[in-house]
Amino acid sequence: MLTLNDSVTAPLLAATVALPLLGAVALLLLPSGGAAARAAGRIGVAVTGAALAGTLLLTAAFDRDTAGEPQAVTDVAWVPALGIRLHLGVDGISLPLLVLTALLCLLCAVHVLRRPPAGEGGAGPRGLVALLLVLETGTLTTFAALDLILFFLAFETVLIPMYFVISRWGGAERAAAAWKFVLYTLLGSVVMLLGFLLVGLQAGTFDMVVLAEAHGDGLSRTTQILAVLAIGVGLAVKTPMWPLHSWLPDAHTAAPTVGSVLLAGVLLKLGTYGLVRIVLPVAPEGIRFFAPYLAAFAVTGIIYGSLACLALVRAGAGGDLKRLIAYSSVGHMGFVLLGIATLTPTGVNGALFANIAHGVITALLFLVVGAVRERTGTTDLDRLAAHGGGARLYGRTPRLGALLAFTAVASLGLPGLAGFWGELLAMLGAFNPAEGLARPVFVVCLAVAGLGTLLTAAYLLQVVRRVCAGSQPAPAPSPDGTGPPGASPAPPADAADGDTADGDAVDAGSAPTGTATATGTAATATAATTATAERPSGADRQPELPDLRGDEAALFLPLAALTLLIGLWPALLLRLTDPAVQLLLEGVGR
Amino acid sequence: MSLVQTIDWVALAPPTVVAVTAVAVLLTDLFLPEARKRHLGTVAVAGLALALLTLLPLQRGDRTTFCLADRPDVCSYSADTFAVVIQLIVLGGALIAALLTLPELTRQRGDDATGALPRGEFWFLLLASASGAALLPAARDLATLILAMEVTTLPAYALVALRRGDRLGPEAALKFFLTSVVATAVTLLGISFVYAGSGSLFLGGIADGLATAAPALDALVRAGVVLTLVGFAFKTAAVPFHFWVPDTYLGAPLPVAAYLSVVSKTAGLAGLILVTSVAFPDLGGTWGPVLVVLAALTMTAGNVAALRTDPDRERSTVRLLAWSSVAQAGYLLVPLAAAGYAQDADGRSAAVGAAVAYAVMYAAVNLGTFAVAVHVAGRAGRHRLTDHRGLHDRNPLTALALGFFLLCLAGLPPGVAGLFAKIAVIRSAVQAELAVLAVVAAVNVVIALVYYLRWAALLFRPAAASAPDTPARPEPHGAPAPTVGVPTAESVPEPESVPEPEFAPVPAGPVGAAGPTGAVRSASTPRGAQPASEGRAAAVTGAHDADTAPRAPRPAVPVAVAIAVTALLALALSVAPQLMLALTSPGTLF
Repeated sequence: MLTLNDSVTAPLLAATVALPLLGAVALLLLPSGGAAARAAGRIGVAVTGAALAGTLLLTAAFDRDTAGEPQAVTDVAWVPALGIRLHLGVDGISLPLLVLTALLCLLCAVHVLRRPPAGEGGAGPRGLVALLLVLETGTLTTFAALDLILFFLAFETVLIPMYFVISRWGGAERAAAAWKFVLYTLLGSVVMLLGFLLVGLQAGTFDMVVLAEAHGDGLSRTTQILAVLAIGVGLAVKTPMWPLHSWLPDAHTAAPTVGSVLLAGVLLKLGTYGLVRIVLPVAPEGIRFFAPYLAAFAVTGIIYGSLACLALVRAGAGGDLKRLIAYSSVGHMGFVLLGIATLTPTGVNGALFANIAHGVITALLFLVVGAVRERTGTTDLDRLAAHGGGARLYGRTPRLGALLAFTAVASLGLPGLAGFWGELLAMLGAFNPAEGLARPVFVVCLAVAGLGTLLTAAYLLQVVRRVCAGSQPAPAPSPDGTGPPGASPAPPADAADGDTADGDAVDAGSAPTGTATATGTAATATAATTATAERPSGADRQPELPDLRGDEAALFLPLAALTLLIGLWPALLLRLTDPAVQLLLEGVGR
Repeated sequence: MSLVQTIDWVALAPPTVVAVTAVAVLLTDLFLPEARKRHLGTVAVAGLALALLTLLPLQRGDRTTFCLADRPDVCSYSADTFAVVIQLIVLGGALIAALLTLPELTRQRGDDATGALPRGEFWFLLLASASGAALLPAARDLATLILAMEVTTLPAYALVALRRGDRLGPEAALKFFLTSVVATAVTLLGISFVYAGSGSLFLGGIADGLATAAPALDALVRAGVVLTLVGFAFKTAAVPFHFWVPDTYLGAPLPVAAYLSVVSKTAGLAGLILVTSVAFPDLGGTWGPVLVVLAALTMTAGNVAALRTDPDRERSTVRLLAWSSVAQAGYLLVPLAAAGYAQDADGRSAAVGAAVAYAVMYAAVNLGTFAVAVHVAGRAGRHRLTDHRGLHDRNPLTALALGFFLLCLAGLPPGVAGLFAKIAVIRSAVQAELAVLAVVAAVNVVIALVYYLRWAALLFRPAAASAPDTPARPEPHGAPAPTVGVPTAESVPEPESVPEPEFAPVPAGPVGAAGPTGAVRSASTPRGAQPASEGRAAAVTGAHDADTAPRAPRPAVPVAVAIAVTALLALALSVAPQLMLALTSPGTLF
């Protein structure tokens, strides 16, 4: 380990946080033209790479023995009139998130460099890279901020760039999705601002360290409850917690790959991080009041997300793979919230672990899905799974297929991979919640969450089967007569869904399936004939799909390796977070 | 005791210089030949810049004059910090409005043509109104206050209707005039009631007099207080005294609308502050609730109306700006309402400071928005929001500046200045425990974001898509190559094609000559009144050069200067919000 003192690491942290913003300004001031557009990608990679190097250096210099206290602290008065300070620092909770953010931003920058957006008008790579850099500054600052108003400022900084990323580089329905995203989250965060102001004015300071050390002293119970309600709503929208999640599926579906990666990998973490960093230590009485409700909402989210995914994954439902991952995020973040709601070190550590794991795994999932979409031109599950015309990744692109399967399995929480530990610890925390919390409530939540893990496994395995293996047991033309009805798992009751999917689908392959489910066995013969008429030609026409390319592998493998690493060696993270969590929870335990 | 009063001319200098310039311009106009009348503009701009310079010796804010002989602490004119800051806003605002008018008046062939603005009268009226606005914040008795308010408003009626052969203007002016006169009459009635109760017209004397007023007069005094507010609420364009705003702005020349939206509004705000917090500090229970209702109504009504603006209609830019200025007036009123609930003088001073800080931010940003709108309207001539499409492709820096202004108005990063101003405003409401008002203000931030962001997003859209349905501007697309005659690419009936040998080459010359001098003055003086601005002078000129750098068609030089100055001010306020928020420290203003 490097031994650097604060006089070196503090400027390093400040520089790491500010560098992407400077890069973005420089990009915007570049004279426009072809050269600038080409340079933009490289500048983006260089700046995000430098930021990642900065965070890695901070990690190397991080003193693990005092992981509970902020290190590399910069504390400068900024707006003395309102008592706002530029107060930055890292501790064991924020450090992994800083590294994760920097890593994902670098991967996104590489993604943009290798696949620059086509660019309508000025919508070339330059704007996208600049927005990514602003996003990076915003998220890094949020994770490093130790002042409530600075936290709020950084929290808000991500809104506008993400709006533009979705609305300009997104897919279908992007305008509506972008509006929903920005208005929903802004509504949450202005309410959060009211909570911050309430806390800051009552306690007389916006300094998170001072507030955390006070453990809610100087704040009346009413204030704490009001503050937790206001701040919690803002953070819950961002997390997102059921029932405030409805912006997320639309945003994810419409966002471009880099947008989805950052949204899932980084932006959602802002919400849960805020809960742990601000709500737990600052208003312990308030969070104790709300903990059972939070747990209930959390497990509702788990079940809701899983059921939504199960509905989307059915054949003929017309489900979108990105939308499915978005709903699965609602479920996964439910585990994180459950862990936080237990108010125990076990649960909160689990929540923070699940936070990181979700960031790594879901980012990887979105990258892989982006690669699949590049090859097949769709993320529609029915078309990907379509008999004869589908993706069949195992057969056609074995490496990509294996990677998708690996990521899905990691996401469902297979022991040995990253997804496992966080959810286990969160549920363990729920089995034995903090003193004073109603244990029966939490045990019920635990049971429901357990059911949720089952459902999660069910839909993710179905995704793997449908996308990687295809919907048909064998794509050979011989078992045609019995094929379609037996192969489609959807019961006939879903005729309506099937019909709509049929209407949307222009692909030749999905048409027979839809008709078959709609009309039942009576129509099997006709459907089969249509299918036989089209399938061979369809199979012949299917172009070769390129397997995982070198540059893609370079993007995906770090995340896959990270999934494996923290899955096999969870202590790597837990040793960092635990001391900080113990400190933050001191007030709650009293 | 001397019978001859000593008058502190230094303290009186700002309004006096402007008034003297106004008279000088009016007289010069009589003797100048037609061809040289363009110099009137230079004189007017120079006079305003000089008036700004005279604020420098007043920085300490401790000068008073026209005091009572027997009570030297009761004065009619006080150049305290409050007065100096408001004078900075109104004089700076008038200067920017003058700069925005320069290109049109320089280009204009004669004063009698249809659509022309009579130059001598225009400059006289603008300066006269500005001198009233500069006098108003320093006035410390109700007679001077009303006088100053009318001096501000009366020339404004004429300014609105000044354009020859225009049908909208006179109608708008008449509406403005009639409603304004009624409001003033109501205020005078209120003042007479207050005088009856307190026996004094001096603001300080009223506060003392009301404390010892006969209880029987209580109802009269309270009615008087509320009635007094009406006239000032009218000038501030608070709902329900706002109905003149859209029509007046639509009918007025764009720079005059900019002037009304900043100078006239700030003057009204200053009047409101003086009558509430200075004259009736102990009657907060009476005017506080009134202002709470006004503020909530104003924000909400303004934002909702702005939201309903159809971006494709004629003059939709002005309509949107009109309603947005109404909504912004609501934010300005929030801290004033909070001042009514403050416990002590310090609390009142902090709340009023938040309002003034917001006014500083609003003035810079709103003038910048108008400056860009003047530039775009000069090109397209139809004042439609959709004319802003593709601005980023044509003038990248102008588009970035406008995007920044709009986000400042919306109060979201990267518009940090706006964010902090809004935080200060909402903070004052939270501090006064006005929970409902704080929530209304917060929700209004979300509503306002829709139309500001919609506009900002337009800037970055490609213009090509809208080209076919806008026959009004074929020439910019046809000629993307740099046109050398900078301010000539406007759609006003071609000035150059007229065979007037001595006039044809003129436009670029005097504009160029007036521009840079204006830049230097206006860039250095507003900041000169604030501490710690030495090192920024170099940055000012540097960025100014950058802003007027390549790309056709560029903004005319004075407009470019206005954009650059306001952008730099907004940027400075974003980097160092303390510059404006220092005003919220208790005891700074009075």
